[in-house]
Amino acid sequence: MAEHIVTKKQYSYVFGILMALTFATTAIGMIDLGRLNVVVALVIAVIKALLVMLFFMHLYWSSKLNKLVIVSGAAWLALLLWLTLTDFFSRGWLPFPGK
Amino acid sequence: MITATVETRENYLTHEYGVKSWLLTQDHKRIALLYLGAISFFFFLGGIFATVIRLELLTPPGDLVSAQTYNKLFTLHGVIMVFLFLIPAIPATLGNFLVPMMIGCKDLAFPKLNLLSWYIFMVGGICVLYAMLQGGVDTGWTFYVPFSTSYANTYVILTAVGIFIAGFASILTGLNFIVTIHQMRAPGLTWYRLPLFIWSMYATSLIMVLGTPVVAVTILLVALERGFHFGIFDPALGGDPVLFQHLFWFYSHPAVYIMVLPAMGVVSELVSVYSRKKVFGYKFVAFSSVAIAVLGFLVWGHHMFVSSQSVYASMVFSFLSFLVAVPSAIKVFNWTATLYKGSISYDTPMLYAFGFIGLFTIGGLTGTFLATLGFDVHVTDTYFVVAHFHYIMVGGTMMAYLGGLHYWWPKMTGRMYAEGWAKLSALVIFLGFNLTFFPQFIMGYLGMPRRYHAYPEEFQVYHVLSTAGASVLAVGYLIPAVYFIWSLRYGKLAPDNPWNATGLEWQTTSPPLPENFEITPVVNHEAYDYSILEEMKVG
Amino acid sequence: MANHTLALRHHFDDVEQQKSASTFGMWVFLVTEILFFGGMFCCYTVYRSLYPSAFGHASNHLDVILGAVSTAVLICSSFTMACAVNSAATGAKHALVAFLWVTILFAAAFLVVEMSEWHLLYKEGLMPGFNFTYHDVDPGHVQLFFCMYFAMTGLHASHVTIGIGLLGVMAFRASRGVFTPQYYTPIEISGLYWHFVDLVWIFLFPLYYLIARHLQ
Repeated sequence: MAEHIVTKKQYSYVFGILMALTFATTAIGMIDLGRLNVVVALVIAVIKALLVMLFFMHLYWSSKLNKLVIVSGAAWLALLLWLTLTDFFSRGWLPFPGK
Repeated sequence: MITATVETRENYLTHEYGVKSWLLTQDHKRIALLYLGAISFFFFLGGIFATVIRLELLTPPGDLVSAQTYNKLFTLHGVIMVFLFLIPAIPATLGNFLVPMMIGCKDLAFPKLNLLSWYIFMVGGICVLYAMLQGGVDTGWTFYVPFSTSYANTYVILTAVGIFIAGFASILTGLNFIVTIHQMRAPGLTWYRLPLFIWSMYATSLIMVLGTPVVAVTILLVALERGFHFGIFDPALGGDPVLFQHLFWFYSHPAVYIMVLPAMGVVSELVSVYSRKKVFGYKFVAFSSVAIAVLGFLVWGHHMFVSSQSVYASMVFSFLSFLVAVPSAIKVFNWTATLYKGSISYDTPMLYAFGFIGLFTIGGLTGTFLATLGFDVHVTDTYFVVAHFHYIMVGGTMMAYLGGLHYWWPKMTGRMYAEGWAKLSALVIFLGFNLTFFPQFIMGYLGMPRRYHAYPEEFQVYHVLSTAGASVLAVGYLIPAVYFIWSLRYGKLAPDNPWNATGLEWQTTSPPLPENFEITPVVNHEAYDYSILEEMKVG
Repeated sequence: MANHTLALRHHFDDVEQQKSASTFGMWVFLVTEILFFGGMFCCYTVYRSLYPSAFGHASNHLDVILGAVSTAVLICSSFTMACAVNSAATGAKHALVAFLWVTILFAAAFLVVEMSEWHLLYKEGLMPGFNFTYHDVDPGHVQLFFCMYFAMTGLHASHVTIGIGLLGVMAFRASRGVFTPQYYTPIEISGLYWHFVDLVWIFLFPLYYLIARHLQ
């Protein structure tokens, strides 16, 4: 069985980075950066999520199929958000009352 | 391939007896029969509601039932038929039975999960039944807010919880199929050698897994809002009921493809075997299933053209909706091309397949009418829409379901049904169906709105035709129920491969062994390669 | 293969196939979970974009420190869960049991922190449906924020609770010596589930506690 076993040492590096990022995002959240607050917080959240998925959940060593599964999950969520927001952002674009 | 000694072996129906052996079974074939029993019950229950609806509509005034009762009738008809019959119909019965057999393995990847899904389905179904007995629900099967959350004084939460629970049965079935089809195929059975039924079940499972959770959480939010005043869609707080519609249709439009894709898979099998030809353009038919599954997620806004959805979004959704017509048309054209110069035999399942192709074409073409923004505004919430989706759901899915049930009945039960009665009922169903629903296109176009228990006298002639058709249809559905049950005891014993088909499921005994195959089959030919049967006879 | 008969179910060809089927099945299940939470994330996104300043007012009623602590606790539990999988793979039975229990403890600690946050909000009159007395700026939209907050964190907390039950069963089975380096798939897929619960919180924390604070 060509199973990749991740060592506790490798896990602890990832753990350290995750804790540091948690501290960083909290600290940055206290400062008013205007619109950048959202960007920074979400970028850090995505990085943390990727670290958890790739290393804690072994996706880095997983089959392409498992990667495809999780990518399609994210893609479908994006689809839901994208087409729903298409409606909400385009209301009032055209000169029809109530539309 | 099957030797004489095998025939004396016990099959999956006889190797164990007793209620416990059924209720605790992990055999996908027995679970398929458990589902068959449950959904047949729900089908006839939903049919009773439809009958009362049609009787009420025989005359213009609301004389048979009150307006409130009528609302409950069409809601329960919709809820039961959509969530408890059509969505599980083909996947949970034929799919459960056939997926492992068609790909040459012993069972689905997670047999316990499969049994669990049946129990979850039953719990959901019982919740809906309990709500029905308590006094029913009158929101329509769509549970639109704010009516469902604030104004309806019927059993909304109980019904919503039932549907929420039944949704998980669907998710687990889809998950099981995806894993099984990926991981458990017999040696040599590559993706392009799979029967097209498997491709369509795979595409269906994708929708179940990707869509169902969204409607589940949406229904949960409705229950929270109603039960605890968590006003997530409450306009009084600035919440948007149209947001509910987005989330609801994100699943419930693709849910139409959960109903019709398996039907298309069945028809692909039937068209091939009864014209003795490979399905024309195998890869196109296979990938059109996946294309329908994916494109189906891009079009939900066409249910919301008259809501406060922006005109721009409506135009985008209208355009995207037309795209679904492309893979659907590919299928219809390829089935037709398969028939061309085939040696066609008119057995009962093939009659249903013909019925499907014709009725699905009408349903699909009127679907493109409804995707057209301007036309849809004209016929929104009229009987035109009702007729359209019944052509897809009943004319499409129900026809293929019955076709598939006849086709695989010998394999499932080891008995042949009565061919003469079967042909007669196929004809009765086809005629009754068209008589019921074709007039609805006309009266809908003329302005008859849906969901009303009383109507102006000018529409009565169409309603009388429709109700007459519904009576014929009811007879058409009762005949198979009788001769199927009759065949269990008195039907002729079925041979292993009564239709000379090539699928792996026909290479084992009828009914199959508990573990499906004596030895794991090895596949070295494409699907629908009928020359292989000649070689086997010679060999 | 000889001693795997207990672990290998009859319908699989071999242990390898069973293991990859189970892991793959869990990933597919996690996709359904993504979309399950996704419906609520979609509501959040729409309302956040419609009512940014109300979300700013509301979000300042949440305690960032409690939020950050619960995030840290959950990341700790994810780490110990990862170590549990490693212990299972290397056959360290006692370490496996210990790590599972530590993970359960962290999970319980997370719930305690979260419930204390809920309790504070309840006392402040910010829990819609139970005690909502906020009458400051933009009360309707603020109520919408808290409806979303309780629905999403509540759904997440129910997943944490299910996780505690699941890990408890795993710890019990591990202490009975069920798992070996050849057979520990249940531990691995429980791990996947647990990390997913952590993943959801990684997004919930900034969305509710951080990004709207300065928008009022």
